[in-house]
Amino acid sequence: MASRLMALWDWFDARMPTVGEEWRKHAAEYYAPKNFNFWYYFGALSLLVLVIQIVSGIFLTMHYKPDAALAFGSVEYIMRDVPGGWLIRYIHTTGASAFFIVVYLHMFRALLYGSYKEPRELVWIFGVLIYLTLMGEAFFGYLLPWGQMSYWGAQVIVNLFGTVPFIGETLALWIRGDYVVSDVTLNRFFALHVIALPLVLLGLVVAHILALHDVGSNNPDGVEIKKNKDASGKPVDGIPFHPYYTVKDTVGAIVFLAVFCIVMFFMPELGGYFIEHNNYIPADPLKTPEHIAPVWYFTPYYSILRAVPPLFNSQFPGVAAMGIATMILFLLPWLDRSPVKSIRYRGAYWKSAVAIFVVVFLVLGYLGVKPTTVWGQFGFDAFFLDTKDRATWVARLCTVLYFAFFILMPWYTARDKVKPVPDRVTM
Amino acid sequence: MRKLLAALLFAPAALLAAGDGAPLEQAPIEPRDLVSLQSGARSFVNYCLGCHGLQYMRYNRLTELGLTEAQIRDNLMFSADKVGETMKVAMTAKDGKAWFGVPPPDLSVIARSRGADWLYGYLRGFYRDAKSAHGWNNKVYPNAAMPHVLWQVQAESSAVQYDIAVRDLVNFLVYVGEPSAQSRKSIGIVVLFVLGVLFILAYAMKKAFWKDVR
Repeated sequence: MASRLMALWDWFDARMPTVGEEWRKHAAEYYAPKNFNFWYYFGALSLLVLVIQIVSGIFLTMHYKPDAALAFGSVEYIMRDVPGGWLIRYIHTTGASAFFIVVYLHMFRALLYGSYKEPRELVWIFGVLIYLTLMGEAFFGYLLPWGQMSYWGAQVIVNLFGTVPFIGETLALWIRGDYVVSDVTLNRFFALHVIALPLVLLGLVVAHILALHDVGSNNPDGVEIKKNKDASGKPVDGIPFHPYYTVKDTVGAIVFLAVFCIVMFFMPELGGYFIEHNNYIPADPLKTPEHIAPVWYFTPYYSILRAVPPLFNSQFPGVAAMGIATMILFLLPWLDRSPVKSIRYRGAYWKSAVAIFVVVFLVLGYLGVKPTTVWGQFGFDAFFLDTKDRATWVARLCTVLYFAFFILMPWYTARDKVKPVPDRVTM
Repeated sequence: MRKLLAALLFAPAALLAAGDGAPLEQAPIEPRDLVSLQSGARSFVNYCLGCHGLQYMRYNRLTELGLTEAQIRDNLMFSADKVGETMKVAMTAKDGKAWFGVPPPDLSVIARSRGADWLYGYLRGFYRDAKSAHGWNNKVYPNAAMPHVLWQVQAESSAVQYDIAVRDLVNFLVYVGEPSAQSRKSIGIVVLFVLGVLFILAYAMKKAFWKDVR
């Protein structure tokens, strides 16, 4: 049997050697540092979630109807009358949030170990493009269930484009295809969600991985393993991705799937964070909900948007701040002037900056799901208090700190006291 | 552990939910209690279905509650012909709007948008109010367009009995909101068990492959 299979493989390999070559290049003979830790699971897991979303999405499109009159009902039809439909849908809703969780952790890993620094700037840039595309993908997909939050969330976000000076109104109209979010909008968002952006995502993921495999993986020590090769030209601190990391990532994937299944089978709404309660009310263009909160993964940026005060009656400064807050990620490789990659060998400046950044990001995220009155109001009055909501002022402070983390980075990373980096990785 | 995790995750949502109206009591629903669910189904078709449909719920799915199709046809179907039909309402949305100001909403997923506690509080929150058009008001949902449809039930039973009747009705609405919820949980336990076995195998394999890496 085994020899028969080998013979079949030889037959195939003689006619199409590319497959074997690529397998060796990207798996069997791709040398990855042997000291990957917990944080290095999330790249492979992002890929796993991408596959989960594509497969479950294909099955959803078999039953979903992108029509304003039918969309909400077709989702309930999937939940009730399609055999296993509830499972497919919960896989997709849980997968959407899981995607952002693993991608945020994957990005945080890059920050911890300086994975964006030379020579991996392109890997980082493709990664940020994936993140932005994913945000678009999530936004378009969120309209499809056609509930109140779908509808008004889309209305609010499209209106953000309307604040752009001069061309805003035309731009918003062009995105919607109508004067309000309507059946037309639903149809085009469906097209963008099920085919356009998934294609872009797949292309970017390929570019991300190819760019990574050209320069090689970073590791928790930030040591370039390619500088230390043995007689046969293999990095001494490297091990072949297959089988070492395929078996290790399999363990990680199973643990991840267990957490995924605990949420999906026992608390699929996750208290209204993964599926918002108000989204079980069919979209009603005539009834604006009291509190429109975006899904949790957008809330840090939504907080920044709300924190920035309007200028000349225009919300554009907030929109611009939100846009810059995401775009500034592209500059990270050039803002970081430290000679050292990994946080293990960096000084107090960088460690405090990262710690503050994490807290700021989480606080912004938390405030984004709450109304601005969540922490009450100041009891006194002053000329500079345009709003007395305490939470808005905290969000403003956090917004300033968010940008300070990036803008001051060249200054504090260049002055940080770094420790000597070892020649070899540590286990 | 799961309770603790759930409590931590749900705490912010609970704080947010307690925004307007009276604070809500926890609804003592029991999703596995078939007698309660059947009683809730009976209350629903008798008191609610006149105005509120369950347009995504099929009559014959109520066999999940331990009823036969004949029992469903004889006791629960007043306006539908076939047992495979969905539980639609006879009243049109236009009439509903003319009579109540707003068309009574479909209740298929009301338990998912409002939550069991809200429904339990709402149905027990009616009081007499001469200023309102239909003579009733509600402490959970002030100025509700719906009159106290269950007033007769409340008048003819003790406070405890009425709470049980409402509990059964809410229990039923929670079931209708997601009829597959119980099978979801039982499948989940099996899946987690399988993942547990896979974890042991995968972990052993990883250990075996990695024993020479140091």
